[in-house]
Amino acid sequence: MRSAITLDSLMPFFGVVVLILAGSVFFPQVLSAGYLTQQLQIAAFLGLLATGATIVILLGHIDLSVPWVLTGAAILSTALVGTGNPVLSAIAVPAALAFGALIGVINAMGVAILRIPSMVWTLAVNSMLLGLAVLNTGGFNPKGQSSPLMVAMASGDILGLPISFLVWIAISLILGYVLTRTPFGRYLRSIGFNEKATFLSGVSTPSVLFVAFAIAGMCSALGGVMLAGYANQAYQSMGDPFLLPTIAAVVIGGTSILGGRGGLFGTIGGALFITLLTSILSVMQIDDAWRNIIFGVIILAMLLFQTLRKGAVA
Amino acid sequence: MLDYMRSNRREVIAGLVLIALLATYLGTHPRGASTYVMTIWANQCLILGLAACAQFFAVVVRGIDLSVGAVMALTNCIASYLLDGSASGIAFGMVAVVAAGALCGLLNGVIIVFGRIQPIVVTLATASVFIGIALLLRPTPGGAVNYDLADAMTLDFLGIPTALVITAVAVVGFWLPFRRTGLGLGLYALGSSEQAAFQSGIDTRFIRLAAFTLAGLFGGLAGLFYSFVTTTGDAGIAAGFTLNSIAAVVLGGVLLRGGVGSLVGALAGAFILKTIASLMFFSGIPSLAQPLFEGLILAGAIAIGGADVLRARNKLEVYS
Repeated sequence: MRSAITLDSLMPFFGVVVLILAGSVFFPQVLSAGYLTQQLQIAAFLGLLATGATIVILLGHIDLSVPWVLTGAAILSTALVGTGNPVLSAIAVPAALAFGALIGVINAMGVAILRIPSMVWTLAVNSMLLGLAVLNTGGFNPKGQSSPLMVAMASGDILGLPISFLVWIAISLILGYVLTRTPFGRYLRSIGFNEKATFLSGVSTPSVLFVAFAIAGMCSALGGVMLAGYANQAYQSMGDPFLLPTIAAVVIGGTSILGGRGGLFGTIGGALFITLLTSILSVMQIDDAWRNIIFGVIILAMLLFQTLRKGAVA
Repeated sequence: MLDYMRSNRREVIAGLVLIALLATYLGTHPRGASTYVMTIWANQCLILGLAACAQFFAVVVRGIDLSVGAVMALTNCIASYLLDGSASGIAFGMVAVVAAGALCGLLNGVIIVFGRIQPIVVTLATASVFIGIALLLRPTPGGAVNYDLADAMTLDFLGIPTALVITAVAVVGFWLPFRRTGLGLGLYALGSSEQAAFQSGIDTRFIRLAAFTLAGLFGGLAGLFYSFVTTTGDAGIAAGFTLNSIAAVVLGGVLLRGGVGSLVGALAGAFILKTIASLMFFSGIPSLAQPLFEGLILAGAIAIGGADVLRARNKLEVYS
């Protein structure tokens, strides 16, 4: 992991420690194993989405279709399980992942072939998915239920560690290896730095975009499946509250929004930090308004700290 | 005339699409092209139009403003306190509301310029702060706006919807003179190439600050006009407007990579988006299918805009 662990990517981990210590001053139960493992479990949902987002952001793009890929995957998987047919139940998770990959490919078609800015195209894809979901469910909460596998992935634990957390870390490790040790990973970063130069050096840049967006779609879909397992159902707009925290988690983790710089290690810290911050703010029973303000100010402070530190060195 | 059309191709296309859509809309509307129908249509369009103007100023300098909706929510909540009572109080209130918007924009600009953080991330964080303040002011929707004033701003003036008059004033009275000023040109220079702008002696920091302040100011105007239309304050309006304002500027021919497009285009894009939504309502498409059709039309319009790339003579042109 030559360049994966940098000072920038360690920042959110320091932040997590500070949050836990500061939180434990007011609420000793923050230090309990039960509370901390619960945070790991919840952080995995945001973390999986942020893992996909990191890959797209490393390319210099952004994926705004996360909310409805997540919701769509949740609706699809719970509906398949809800049929009661054992075969359909068994393929619920793979089908949801395939759905995520398919949407990723559609995203990449607009971005790589039609050269539409990803921010706009993924937004349009998101609104089409919203339309499909409304048409499909009639605007009501979709019927269906989660399979035991989905529930286990979301709420089970092995040796005291939540399975959702283990899944997230395993996927991060695999993708982290891909990003740092394979040509694909190098192409991904170099497209983020300079797409034209990458193309001129003979890399098929569109295929890199296709694979990257498909991976991101699958990460969002897996997040949706696990959230459906956690809530034991799918519901409309379940993904909307995740879009902006996902981007915040990636950026706090030291990945440049311009692409090329950063990695998954920082994103793990970013997702943990944001989950813990949200949780501690709600444990402290701060009302919604102040929670929003504190959330924004802390994210700004962390970003300012990152750039000012660089300014001092340069 | 032809030259004009050629150099403003994007705005002309957006304008033609808008006229075609509006004609269809008025044709299918059961009450036809009455002032009443036009007024409601124009009010809805202008709210998003002003939000798109705000987004335009951020986008033209190669930035993006994810706090447009949040600024609208905040100024809407402020307006619900200040726009009632004595005439002078209301006048002061209107100025204060717009100033609050500009202040939000200035704050964005200061953090972007002096903190050297990407606009998309800064405005993501400040949006959370602005919504928090809006929620402090109005935990639940409420408040009031002077009805006479609201009526004056949202009904019609000699048969012409006031919203269209405001749009015309914004274009003729503000935009056309503004784009000829040093600041107006500076926005395009900065958006096209920051390095070239800097080397020509343009104060890029000032221009960027000004661009985001203008974005905030128009966000404030959008919030103010939204208050006239709804006559209440609601902190929960942010999400839809931010994303729609981005879609609107793109439909209006403003390039997200900066330096291309105009305020007229942004307005046209917003009007197109809202007209499509109104058109759906009367089109006879089952209501459950409407969001899907809206999404398909949005995606289709954007994809057609992107089809330019298929005409590229050289594969390298694609990667500019």
